[in-house]
Amino acid sequence: MRRVLFTLVLAATLLSGPLARAVQPDEMLSDPAMEARARAISKDLRCLVCQNQSIDDSDAPLARDLRLLLRERLVKGDTDAQAVAFLTDRYGDYVLLRPPVRPATYLLWFGPFALLVVGGGILLWRGRRGSAGAEALAPPLTAEEKAHLAMLMRDEDEGKGRP
Amino acid sequence: MRRLMFLIPLVLFLGLAGWFGVRLKQIDRGDTPDRLPSVMIDKPVPAFDLPPLVDGQPGVASAGLADGKVRLVNFWASWCAPCRSEHSILMRLAGQGVDIRGIDYKDKAADGQAILARDGNPYAAVARDESGRTAIDFGVYGVPETYVIDRQGRIRYRQVGPITPQDLQNRILPLINELSK
Repeated sequence: MRRVLFTLVLAATLLSGPLARAVQPDEMLSDPAMEARARAISKDLRCLVCQNQSIDDSDAPLARDLRLLLRERLVKGDTDAQAVAFLTDRYGDYVLLRPPVRPATYLLWFGPFALLVVGGGILLWRGRRGSAGAEALAPPLTAEEKAHLAMLMRDEDEGKGRP
Repeated sequence: MRRLMFLIPLVLFLGLAGWFGVRLKQIDRGDTPDRLPSVMIDKPVPAFDLPPLVDGQPGVASAGLADGKVRLVNFWASWCAPCRSEHSILMRLAGQGVDIRGIDYKDKAADGQAILARDGNPYAAVARDESGRTAIDFGVYGVPETYVIDRQGRIRYRQVGPITPQDLQNRILPLINELSK
């Protein structure tokens, strides 16, 4: 019985996680389609107070104000892009959790791939030089060297018996 | 060439250490990573017209900010602890004749009035932004924030967080002097 209860409580806890949201019922729009648009937009907008949360997730008062403002803009007939532009006009690209692709952000967007290409290139280049250079770097021993080596090996063998 | 390869880590280290040194100096001068650039810089103040907080003083409106005088617009609140630490600096600035307009952000009127009555009122005029919408139009993240407004009513500088004596000496006062010329 206890086990069942425990399981039920655990399941309820786990399942209620996604339901616990910062968006309060009184903020929501009556039109479900428009509310869905507002939710989608606000998931990509940064809460400027907490900075690593979206305004959809944040309980900060400013995030709530921005959510309400966003909904107001949508009700007034703004397109998604216009509503977002209203905020970037005031807070800059920083409010966007997904930075726009433009020359100033090329490094951000394409930098990792450039590093991958450079790193991969270096590995390939080294690998090729390594296998090609193995013979080039170590030419076969001359007769003189072989004789010298044989002598050293013999010395080594003879030396084994010594204290 | 190959013999000098061992120097690569040293060179990388020196480069990194040099960069850290430069950043430490910049942070010393107040250029901290949390100092976010404002997109409002060089733009006219957003349109607003807010009611007064204190009896006998006018409110604050964008129309009055482009009359040929350099000003500070300071967003504050009675519930904001950093604003209290900034207060003495504002009082000193007001004493030196700097025109500061205050905007009491999302505050109860009685609380805002009480704190000005207790600690002193550095503002030439102070208004209430109960909804916080004017603050959003300015791009305010949180109180306190202070804006330097030039003679034409354009925003020229934004201070995020309380004004420190260093900010005052290194940035705000020189800018006010330059804009007032």
